[in-house]
This record gives sequence, C-alpha cells and structure tokens, in this order.
Amino acid sequence: MTAATASGTTTSPNAAAPVPRRTGRGSGALLTVLAWIVGIGFFFPVLWMVLTAFKTEADAYTDPPTLFFAPTLDNFVEVFAGGVGPYLLNSLFATVVSTLLVLLLGTPAAFALSLRPVKKTQDVLFFFISTKMLPVVAAIVPIYVVVNYMGALDNIWTLIVLYTAMNLPIAVWMMRSFFLEVPRELLEAASMDGASLGRSLREVVLPIVSPGMAATALICMIFSWNEFFFAVNLTASRAATVPVYLVGFITSEGLYFASLCAAATVAALPVVIAGWIAQNKLVQGLSFGAVK
Amino acid sequence: MTVTEATPQAPPERPAERGNARKEGWIRRAPLLPALIFTIIVTQLPFLVTIWYSLQSWNLVRPGSQRFVGLENYATVFTDSQFRGVALNSIILTLGAVFIAMILGLAIALLLNRAFVGRGIVRTLIITPFLITPVAGALLWKTVMFDPTYGLVNFVLGPFGADQTDWISTFPRAAVIVALVWQWTPFMMLLILAGLGSQPAEVLEAARMDGANGFAVFREVTLPHLRRFIELGVVLGAIYLVNTFDTIYMMTQGGPGTASANLPFYIYQRAFLGFDIGESAAMGVVTVVATIIVATLALRLIFRSFSAAEEA
Repeated sequence: MTAATASGTTTSPNAAAPVPRRTGRGSGALLTVLAWIVGIGFFFPVLWMVLTAFKTEADAYTDPPTLFFAPTLDNFVEVFAGGVGPYLLNSLFATVVSTLLVLLLGTPAAFALSLRPVKKTQDVLFFFISTKMLPVVAAIVPIYVVVNYMGALDNIWTLIVLYTAMNLPIAVWMMRSFFLEVPRELLEAASMDGASLGRSLREVVLPIVSPGMAATALICMIFSWNEFFFAVNLTASRAATVPVYLVGFITSEGLYFASLCAAATVAALPVVIAGWIAQNKLVQGLSFGAVK
Repeated sequence: MTVTEATPQAPPERPAERGNARKEGWIRRAPLLPALIFTIIVTQLPFLVTIWYSLQSWNLVRPGSQRFVGLENYATVFTDSQFRGVALNSIILTLGAVFIAMILGLAIALLLNRAFVGRGIVRTLIITPFLITPVAGALLWKTVMFDPTYGLVNFVLGPFGADQTDWISTFPRAAVIVALVWQWTPFMMLLILAGLGSQPAEVLEAARMDGANGFAVFREVTLPHLRRFIELGVVLGAIYLVNTFDTIYMMTQGGPGTASANLPFYIYQRAFLGFDIGESAAMGVVTVVATIIVATLALRLIFRSFSAAEEA
C-alpha cells in the first residue's frame, strides 16, 4: 500500500450495495421476528435502566419486577440536587476541549500523511497505531508521579492532555482515510486555476472531508466521555468526570436502584445519542480506518 | 521519524537544489510534527520511565526507600503466584469475551444482512450496549441485572431453578464476561456487517447461478470473504479487551480475592492501594511485552486489511 498510488480509486463497492434479499416469505417473516427479538434483547438492559430511573425505589425493588408503574421524576431531581452538575460540566469540558485539540493536531497530520505525504508515511502511521496497542496501565505510574510532581492532580487539563493523546492516533488514521477519498484531479484543477494551497484546502478538500471529520469528532467524544481509568486515578473532587461520579453507587446501602438508574441514564445519554448519529462510521473509527 | 532523512538514490544535486529539496521536505513535514511530537511525549516517555521505575525498589509509603535493585522486581513478579493467576484471568476474560462476542456477532450480522421491516432500528438497538458508558453498563449488570433477589437475570432464569443465585460472588469471572460480551457483540456485528456488505454481488450471483444452495454459498464464498473481518475483529477486540478496567472495577473489584482481577486491575491495586511503584512498574513492563506480541500480529492484519481496502 502506498499512499501516493492509492488515491482517487476508492470507489467502495459497498457504498450502495443493496441488501440481499433471498429468503422465502414464510422463513423470511420468522427471521424478521427473530432479528427483532435479538435487537430488543440486547437493548433490554438499557431500556430497563431507563424504566427503573422513572420508578420509585419501592417499585424498583419488587419480585417479580414491575412493568407498569406511575412514573416519577424524583430520581432525576435527586441526582441533579445531589450534585451531578459539576461532574457533567467536567466531562463536557474535557470531552469538547480534547476533541478540538485532536482535530487541531490531527487534521494537519492526516493531511501530511495523505494528500502531500511525507517520505516515511508508513512508519509514522505504524507508530501512531502502535501507541494504541500499549496497555495504558503500564504508563499510569510514571504519569501519576509526574502529574503529582507538577501539582496537576485533580486538574481537568491533565485529563484533556491525556484524552488528546489517547484519541489522536485514531483520528489521524480515520481522517487520513477521508483525505485519501478526495479526488486528486480536483486538487490539481484547483492549483491550475491558481488557487493557493490554503484556498484549495478550504474550498475543495474541506467540503469533502467534513462529514468524515464530524464522525471522527463524535467518536473521539464518545471515548473521552466514557474514559474511566485516568479519571479515577488522577482526579478527586474538583476535576472528577461523570464515570467517577458513578463509582459512588458501588457501595450504596439501602434502596438505591432507581436513583442509580437515573444517574446511569444521565451519564450515558449524551454518548448514546452521539453514537447513534455516528453509527455508520463507528467501525471505521474502531478499526483505525481499516474497514469502511 | 528522523531529522537526518537522506535520499541515497537521488542524483547529486547542486547545493541550491538540495537546499530547496530540504526546505520542501520540511514544508511537507511541518503539519505532521505537532501531532507527532505531542504523541511521542505523552505516550512514549511514560513507558521509558516505567522501565526505569521497574528497576527500583520504591514504595511510596516509605519515603526515601527508592534505590536501584536491577531485575529484582521481575524476579518477584514471576514468582508471585497471584500475578500468575491474574495473568491467567486476563487471558480467560479476554479470550472468553472475544470469542463469544465474535460468534454472537457473526450470527446476528447474518440475521441482519437482509432487508426487513425496521432493519435500521434493530441495528441501532443492538449497538446501544456498545455506546453506553462502560462504567454505567457494569453498574447496571452488577445491580438491576445480577442482583440475587431483585435482578432481572434471576427473574428470567427463575423457572430454570436459578432462584436467588448470587452470580457475581459465585461466578465472578463469568459475570464479568457476560457484561463484556453484551458490550462487545455489537462491535463484532458491525464489523461483520461491513464485511458482508463488501461482498461483490457478482460472485454471489455467479455462485447461485451455478446452482449452489444458500448454505454452500455461505461456506464456499461468504465465509472465506469474511475471514479477514473475523480475524480483524478478534484481534482488535483482544487489544481493547485486554485493557478492561472499568467493568472489573465496578462489578467485582477483582474479587473475591483476586478471582476476577485481570492485569490492569491488579497493577492498579499494587500501585494505588499498595503504593509499590517498583513492582507495579515491573508488572506493567511484563504486560507491555506480552501485548507487543499480540499487537505485532494485529498491526500486520490491520495493514493487510488496509491494503486490501485501498486496492478494492
């Protein structure tokens, strides 16, 4: 694979491939029902979480489980009154700022690995991806020591730097694959017309890659929002994020299912929505662009 | 990335041209450097420091205890039977979750690879477990799903005699695997669906024209085509899952004892609860070496997939 020769020919055959339809009527209906059962089965724990979030604690602790109940917003009120707000803000800030940094650093890098490739493109790509393969747990001790030495424990910017580094390789790989889809002739035509590089990037490349960049951003946001390992080890009260907030529910005593479910719903909702929007690019992101 | 990047095959140039070529090289490199330097500093330096720490005897609880001990920590790690058990747990949890998720993902992808009413909705429903914050998902399984008295699992399995089973303390590893499979099956399904979608329609058509029945087409055409995607899913899944921390932290805290602890969780315990910097660093290095072996395989696969995708 060479970056120079692979461009312009990426007419992916699956883009408009029709979904095969070859089953007979009777078995077809059966398979449809089965598919729906599997879908609802996988979704059910999430549905149950949301339902339980609207129950009273008494309704949440019944055997057999209660399916019909008078919904209440008390749990959500309690979660927000109990101070989930700062955690949400920390998560939001860390997620948005780190994603912006990823795009800021990653877009030029992806450009230098695709449209105007540096000589050692393969080596650089290999390096970026290899950083994702090393277990973070092996780095946590020195990171903790250094962060502690710098007085940056429990500081949201520490998480931002780490999340940027965590997502940058994925973003570079993803965005590179989008840049490669830009037809070379278009760029050449633009430069023939005397457009500067900056202008052709803005007016030719950007419109083509912007959907891909949006998907990349959403995937980075999902990863940052869900990140737990760094957050739990490097933050305490001021910079803690939403996953750290949920730790408080491990040791709860008494009846707490309903409030737990309300908290989990609040924590998970933003990323679930982001993921639903980005679902077509999800695989591409997680496979570093290897699968479209 | 080296600064002294020479082009040995290039014909001898006049100094001015060489200067220009070098300038051109730096102009090309400039957009890449910030990202590259940032990544090297944040991700590579800590590993180097980890190696250095692993050669020290250093416990944070005893200030001033830091001294160079060579490979002593490694000797301790390899003779630590708990470490060996935890390493085995890592393998069981990773492989167990990856293979079950792959088999389920493959089956569901085949089920979804046809036109039917609400296909998009079903796909969206299935990927939701993968999106939900893992900490929230684990908490959900620990409580409303696996609770012995009020959990859904025992309610569903009640008729089969599973009443009041405390799954998490009786079968901690299996419970963790269930939560991980729930989370990762959607990923495998999406990957296989992408593979099924990239099958050339003509080949399928030709096979059917030749009179092959559905199963024969699947075995002879589809499965070989999917092989690359299955391999990729297994390897990527293993890379992500070997780092599992949040699910174990939330569901079992590695317990009872270290029955369900994997390497990341155990190293965390030694570093942040035992404050043993030297030993946990040595364990980290061992984990990295083990991962590199798997990762080399993974990288080869990803690059092969990438070439195949770009040649297509």
